[in-house]
Amino acid sequence: MGRPVAIIGSGQTVHGKRFDVNYPELVNEAVEAVFKAVGVEPRDIDGVVFGTMPSMMEGVALTHFYFADVLRAVGKPILKTETCGSTGVSLAITGYYWVTSGMADLVLVVGSEKMNEGDSQATMTTVVDPFYQRYFIAGAPGIFSMQSQEWSVRFGIPEEKVRAAATRISIDHHNDAFNNPFAHIKQRLTEDQVNNARIITYPVRLWDVCPTSDGACAMLFASEKMAKKLAKKAAWVKGVGYSGEEYWFGDSDKVVWQSAIQAAQQAYDMAGIRNPRKELDVAEVYNPFTFQELLYYECFGFCEFGQACDLTLKGVFAREGELPCDPSGGTLCTNPIGATGLVRVAEAALQVTGQAGAHQIPGAKLALSHAMGGVDQYNGIMILGSEK
Amino acid sequence: MAEEKKVDYDVVTDEVAIPYELAYGETWTRFFDGLKVEKILGSRCKGCQRVLVPARSYCPRCFEEIHDFIEVSQEGVIVSWVLTEYEYFGMPTKPPFIGALIRLDGTDSNFLHLIGGIDLSDAEYVRRTIKNGMRVTVVWNAEKKGHILDIKYFKPLL
Amino acid sequence: MKDFKTLPNVIRLPHKYGAGPVVTKFYNGLREGKLLGNVCPKCRKTFVPARSLCPECLVKMDTWVEVSDQGVLVSWAYTDKEFFGSPVKPPFVTALIKLDGADCNFLHLIGGDLFELKKKLKKGLKVKAVWNMEKKGHMLDIKYFEPVA
Repeated sequence: MGRPVAIIGSGQTVHGKRFDVNYPELVNEAVEAVFKAVGVEPRDIDGVVFGTMPSMMEGVALTHFYFADVLRAVGKPILKTETCGSTGVSLAITGYYWVTSGMADLVLVVGSEKMNEGDSQATMTTVVDPFYQRYFIAGAPGIFSMQSQEWSVRFGIPEEKVRAAATRISIDHHNDAFNNPFAHIKQRLTEDQVNNARIITYPVRLWDVCPTSDGACAMLFASEKMAKKLAKKAAWVKGVGYSGEEYWFGDSDKVVWQSAIQAAQQAYDMAGIRNPRKELDVAEVYNPFTFQELLYYECFGFCEFGQACDLTLKGVFAREGELPCDPSGGTLCTNPIGATGLVRVAEAALQVTGQAGAHQIPGAKLALSHAMGGVDQYNGIMILGSEK
Repeated sequence: MAEEKKVDYDVVTDEVAIPYELAYGETWTRFFDGLKVEKILGSRCKGCQRVLVPARSYCPRCFEEIHDFIEVSQEGVIVSWVLTEYEYFGMPTKPPFIGALIRLDGTDSNFLHLIGGIDLSDAEYVRRTIKNGMRVTVVWNAEKKGHILDIKYFKPLL
Repeated sequence: MKDFKTLPNVIRLPHKYGAGPVVTKFYNGLREGKLLGNVCPKCRKTFVPARSLCPECLVKMDTWVEVSDQGVLVSWAYTDKEFFGSPVKPPFVTALIKLDGADCNFLHLIGGDLFELKKKLKKGLKVKAVWNMEKKGHMLDIKYFEPVA
């Protein structure tokens, strides 16, 4: 491990359907927000990291070039990283590497998406190879449905219990979003509404699924020296983990999901965490689908395999529970893909610096953030703490 | 719902069409030539001894080259499946269809393809009928093009 | 010559680009046969097409001016090769034009009788916009620029 690194500020757009601005203007909103929050000038920044979904999403290739102006990147080194849904965490890890290596003291990290300008499912179809697999995978819902049902059948969890746990998650998060000024979908839901919503791909229904959001998130990663100079509050990077599996869907087990388990283990080892459910105060888990959130609880060691539903129904992972998960509403309520993972990191940073406002978990000192990318292929985790 | 800002700004519509011609390479050509003569080819890694299908030239876990191509069974079990009924722009397969991961007998990876040969119009019927662990067998297309859909689908052995 | 197997594949993706307030105002200018630029309050430079931020000072530019639709040719390239999905059909000449009153170069086309034109094109040549009768709020509301007689 290199030098200590802290996140000293973040900025988010109000996520949603944003035809009121063009794409560069959207990114600018997040960048201006973080500059204002921390009080820095472009000349203070040593480098810029940017990422988003593949260019085909918005039809302009090389978005880091497109946004050079609004990223204040003119005359500076810029790195792009794209890892599909896990882009945001990859961006955070890249910013972290740059500063911890000693080669930069202050790095601007930005992720964005303007999904409503493209066709997201058609774009995501191109992630799947055209020789063997593209005919059989019908967008994200199909993949997650397959994963979820394989898990519930293997561990003998009754369908009704899985449905009940997923419904609980949906109701809680859509409600939690009212306390998050940046969230896209905020809704008070009943069990009846969630259980009987339109089927997308069984068992996934409308309220089990994330929205199509436009949004951007910007963050500043700083060395200890810079954090002392600029920040009133800092969120220190305590652990990172990133792991992936073979390309083809079918080559590895997505239930006892190695990349998720390993990414968490790497981050825990680095942070010195032995009992995540006890030691973490809050977890911002990437949750575009309610069912998948249950599986992450198990893969991250928050509970044993097969137990997530029971614990969820007991409220262990709710706002007032032992380990609150996604008090921001999570990806389920807001999903501008290229920014989403970074938003998880930003939310974790807000929690451990006591700046999460209405959705603050009181006394939070150690937070996990996570995102997944590809056809259930890669998982990344960053753990932040209030102490160095 | 979060309020969407009222906007009267222009929206420019455009469609990008990009043509590609993708090379198969030696290994995949061999796999697809196998389909043409109704064979499903897999490869056995000398390192881990796993049989991987579709055949490949390289084991992603041992990082070793694979030269052992073997013909694998055309029957297996469903590991997982999903019925797709919704449609989106440019979808390669018209719904309704069932995508499934199938563990062909004697292999160590799951093969992604379609389950067919049953009535897909009634989702409840499909859910009652198709189960993980169910045995399925290949149904070939009469016409072969050296394409993954030379296999029409896998039929449940009910 | 060995014959290698290939898979043809065409990806078609539709997009709807949100223009935002600044670009919309620029397009509205085109609809009225005007080229609108905006002026940076810090460096006082005039940019056309109008931008959301001054690219050098990174501040919003709220002062708008009408820029002349005449200028001088800075550089150009003659294209006669077509590629799949070319937005403009060849042969055509792309050009950077310094419009009178602007502090940056405007990217557009030089048009007319290209065979004749090839002889005339040189840096500093005075050019003027030829507008389409029908205007849609699109960069091609200006058909092209042609040399001033």
